[in-house]
Amino acid sequence: MLVAKNISKKFSGVIALSDVSLELHPGKVNAIIGENGAGKSTLMKIFSGVHTQYEGEILYNGRSVRFSGTRDAEAAGIAIIHQELNLVPYLSVAENIFLGREITNNLGILDQKAMRRKATELLSRVHLSVSPDTKVTELKVGQQQLVEIARALYADASVIIMDEPTSAISDKEVENLFLIIRQLKGEGKTIVYISHKLKELFAMADRYVVLRDGMSIGSGDMKDISQDELIQKMTGRKLSFEKSGSTVKDKEELLSVKNISLKHPLFRITKLLNNISFTLHQGEIIGLYGLMGAGRTELMETIFGLHPKNSTGEIAVEGKTRKIKSPAQAIEAGIALVPEDRKLQGLILNQTIRSNISMAILQKLQRWGFMLNAKKERELAAEYIGNLAIKTSSATNAAKNLSGGNQQKIVLAKWLATHPKILLLDEPTRGIDINAKAEIYKLMKSLVAGGMGIIMVSSELPEILAVSDRVLVMCEGELTASIPIEEATETEILKCAIHKN
Amino acid sequence: MIALASYKKNISRFQSVIALFILCIVLGVLSDKFFTAANGLNVLRQVAVNVCIATGMTLIVLTGGIDLSVGSVLALCGAITAGLLKNGLSFPSADLFVGFTILGAVLAAVIIGALLGSFSGIVVTSFRVPPFVATLAMLTIARGLTMLYTGGHPISNLGEDFAYIGTGSLLGVPVPVWIAAVVVLIAVFITRKTKLGRYIYAIGGNETAARLSGIRINKVKLTVYAIGAALAALGGVIVTSRLDSAQPNAGISYELDAIAAVVIGGTSLNGGKGSVWGTVIGAVIIGVLNNGLVLLNVSPFWQQVVKGAVILLAVIVDKAGDKKE
Repeated sequence: MLVAKNISKKFSGVIALSDVSLELHPGKVNAIIGENGAGKSTLMKIFSGVHTQYEGEILYNGRSVRFSGTRDAEAAGIAIIHQELNLVPYLSVAENIFLGREITNNLGILDQKAMRRKATELLSRVHLSVSPDTKVTELKVGQQQLVEIARALYADASVIIMDEPTSAISDKEVENLFLIIRQLKGEGKTIVYISHKLKELFAMADRYVVLRDGMSIGSGDMKDISQDELIQKMTGRKLSFEKSGSTVKDKEELLSVKNISLKHPLFRITKLLNNISFTLHQGEIIGLYGLMGAGRTELMETIFGLHPKNSTGEIAVEGKTRKIKSPAQAIEAGIALVPEDRKLQGLILNQTIRSNISMAILQKLQRWGFMLNAKKERELAAEYIGNLAIKTSSATNAAKNLSGGNQQKIVLAKWLATHPKILLLDEPTRGIDINAKAEIYKLMKSLVAGGMGIIMVSSELPEILAVSDRVLVMCEGELTASIPIEEATETEILKCAIHKN
Repeated sequence: MIALASYKKNISRFQSVIALFILCIVLGVLSDKFFTAANGLNVLRQVAVNVCIATGMTLIVLTGGIDLSVGSVLALCGAITAGLLKNGLSFPSADLFVGFTILGAVLAAVIIGALLGSFSGIVVTSFRVPPFVATLAMLTIARGLTMLYTGGHPISNLGEDFAYIGTGSLLGVPVPVWIAAVVVLIAVFITRKTKLGRYIYAIGGNETAARLSGIRINKVKLTVYAIGAALAALGGVIVTSRLDSAQPNAGISYELDAIAAVVIGGTSLNGGKGSVWGTVIGAVIIGVLNNGLVLLNVSPFWQQVVKGAVILLAVIVDKAGDKKE
């Protein structure tokens, strides 16, 4: 049995886990349930030795353990199968299974024969009928997952953690996976199963543990709880922000999206977005909610012209159909996108605050058609540093030296400088402190008061409820609900976001 | 604290200048011929071609790219200049002959250089071939075209007027130095004062963020490869003029000297960080080092070893500075 006792974990001051205690039983499928950011991944990373700094104690088969790294955890018999699979694509199935644990003969030379034999045996245990010499690139995602399980079996893992194992595989592959999970369960292995799909959980899991905001909320036998009770446990938290009433009434239509679909760039049959249509009005804030992998970011990117080759559908701005095949065309149409990851997608970290702010409108800051107007640029930067209260000693400081909240304000400034009509915000408050959050909400309110329309993607329900005039909910690439703010509750939104069939 | 930080920042910015200064003092002490006006001009004349090429290389490296083909492009465009000057263009079928003035031949060479660079740029952007491979291919292609064009023989005796470009002086300063100075000033202007310059740094600093900001990445990359090759062509004109002959083997390994100047000058091969001024200092450091070692009668074999060591040293010092930040 794997037991966590009073585990707490902080990331630079932010609490990820707080006093979490739970038990994971052998011979059972233990479901870990919770919203995005509830602390599931952090906890699994502690179990699998990725995070080694934490408070509390882990008891493994009655003994107190503290893993010094992933190899240590693996040696103890804990294997994790990540959502993004961790195989080396250009090596063969057998090479991947034995990676880091190769079988060698007395001379220290690889014993190919023994490995192939062992691999064949392991593959048959996971019902994967491919040759051990197949390159991993030639396998489908579901098959790659089975290779990972084979790898865990070779390590003789007694605890196998599966993070969203069915998020990217077909129904048939899911059936096979469940068959294997039952088999492993029968062998007395502890299966830890993380998933958003309630139907799956009720079909597969024996026990549940609910995490919310980094705390363990409840646990028990799956057969003793109903779907609604489970959702209740996942969301039942007090509102930390005041719910706002909608102020939008009969305003002009700003953005109209019709039948947007997006194909997966590699697996062409998979649709990342399926036939999405909605409208955004002047002065309106739409909160876009969905669980991981629902397609929220992809929708924003498609509207912003980042997937010209794989997407279909129609986008109209102020009633006029616009061809948007690149960010440049999106900007021209009056659309701005503040991306999810400000460091990777939003900022040139090495450059000054000033040149980051002016980045998207340099063509408007030119003199005589070829030279930048330094004075105009200085004024622009000063204006936005002032308006958004960006805390810095100088506009020429490098963006990397600022705090997360202030960095986010720089990205916002860059986009406000383009004078957009439509502002797309993807997780605008992720990883920033509570004061900066409040400032950003206030800014959003004042922007829509000036006639802008905003779509805010967020994983935080309280934030969605506090800021939005209307809530759109996505699940697996589809729009599943459009709820006026007056009728929106956490439970209702989450119900629409969770996969049911 | 802030004052100290900016003081440190300035130190690292002037690192290469300080290195050059120290190098000059040491050489001045060791050799009494070093600090003479004639030697100074000599060094500048020798580095002028590398400064031209390395300036273009800097723009490319700032975007995160590289161009290995500059030496071959230099040879091809030098040969074209010489060929056009000497033989003009004749179209026997149309009974047409076009003669070229010096300016015409030089312009033609530079335009052809820009076209070769654009070709590399298209391969890099539209076909997503890594710059290293795309320009390695161009290195071979351009060298082969040079051999085809010249038949493997030098094209010589190009006339005294043309020789002025490579050997003449204006106000006591060699013409190649004037050319390099103009090239550098324009490049400094572009990098510091224009939209294109900003985009170059932005793409090298964070290509994703640049693309999301509506910057047309492909256009900018194509432009820098075109500029880089055009400047290599200009280098070809100078070399051809100085020797009064276009050599089919001209420019071999010049790309390495150019990259060395860029790196010693503090430009990051990952892009986004560095400057044209730094590259000029880098090129001069290499020139001074070559010159000083000759003056000190150090064997040419050792010169190569020393040059390599200096490149390593420059990069290691630069990395150490990065870490501290």
